Amino acid sequence: MATNYGPVEIAGVIAVIGVLTYACRLSFIALFGRLDEIPPVVEQVLRFVPAAVLAALVLPSFVTLDASGFAADKFIAGALAAGVAWKTEDVFATMVTGMGVLWVVRFLLPVGV
Amino acid sequence: MDTAAFRRGVRDVAPLLLGIIPFGLVAGIATVNAGLGLPTAVGLSVVVFAGASQLAALELLGQNAPLTVVVATAVVINLRLLMYSASIAPYFREFTGRWKAVLAYVLTDQAYALSVASYRSDRETDRKWYYLGVALTLWGVWQVTTIAGALLGTGVPDAWGLEFAIPLVFLAILVPAIEDAATGVAAVVGGTVAVVGAGLPLNLGLLVAAGVGITAGVLTESATGGTDGD
Repeated sequence: MATNYGPVEIAGVIAVIGVLTYACRLSFIALFGRLDEIPPVVEQVLRFVPAAVLAALVLPSFVTLDASGFAADKFIAGALAAGVAWKTEDVFATMVTGMGVLWVVRFLLPVGV
Repeated sequence: MDTAAFRRGVRDVAPLLLGIIPFGLVAGIATVNAGLGLPTAVGLSVVVFAGASQLAALELLGQNAPLTVVVATAVVINLRLLMYSASIAPYFREFTGRWKAVLAYVLTDQAYALSVASYRSDRETDRKWYYLGVALTLWGVWQVTTIAGALLGTGVPDAWGLEFAIPLVFLAILVPAIEDAATGVAAVVGGTVAVVGAGLPLNLGLLVAAGVGITAGVLTESATGGTDGD
């Protein structure tokens, strides 16, 4: 899955994402004094950004319904890692569990696709 | 410079590096997997410096998604930085505009969480240098590990499925983001739409899922009368 985009397009994308990301970071830090609080409507919407976006990033990697078919190893590893994430809220423990289970299922059990 | 406060920041962030180091390596490896090289890895890490969005952008570039979708997806992922900016702004009020510009550049999930926790505790500490101790350590480790990942990239066998570490990192950040029923609904709906919409044209799956998930969260909150009465 290598990209067909050239170096100029890639550099442009990085620059635009970089500027907009920096604008998010600087926004209220720079404005404080003139604008002391996020408008309530904006805050109400923003509150749901992390949960919705992160779940949308995570779930399709664990539950694959695309052309390559359902991957049991990813589903099992994802489910167990979710349990560990819930208990520990620890990035490292979650990663070790997920990768460990993926490799066990993929290399040692006949379930892997 | 308050070196004691800076050192305290470095010490406080040290345990979090266990999660950041593999994350950075994967971000570097993902650059190679997308068919891009070291300059792109460095460019993303220095210019964007936001792991989740870097990984999402690389994945979409690797799939040759339209550039507007790449940008929009990365920016939606980084909208949460607006919340951190608003929350930490009162503590940065006294600093000059030039310092604010520097402090904003290194604002991350972890720098925000550690610094605000420290400011809210009774501990007397220099705010700016404590924050820089945390944030610059994260910045340095992020640069080194993404470069290492990009150099290591091609040496890792495909069967290891290292790219699977990416959703695992997000999973660990997702769990604390589910604070109540409404954020839970946003996560379940956003995740489900993303699974079903994985084949949407133009790689619009994530953007559509995020939009529907956020809407579901807002609707749930207004239907249940909001949280803790404010």
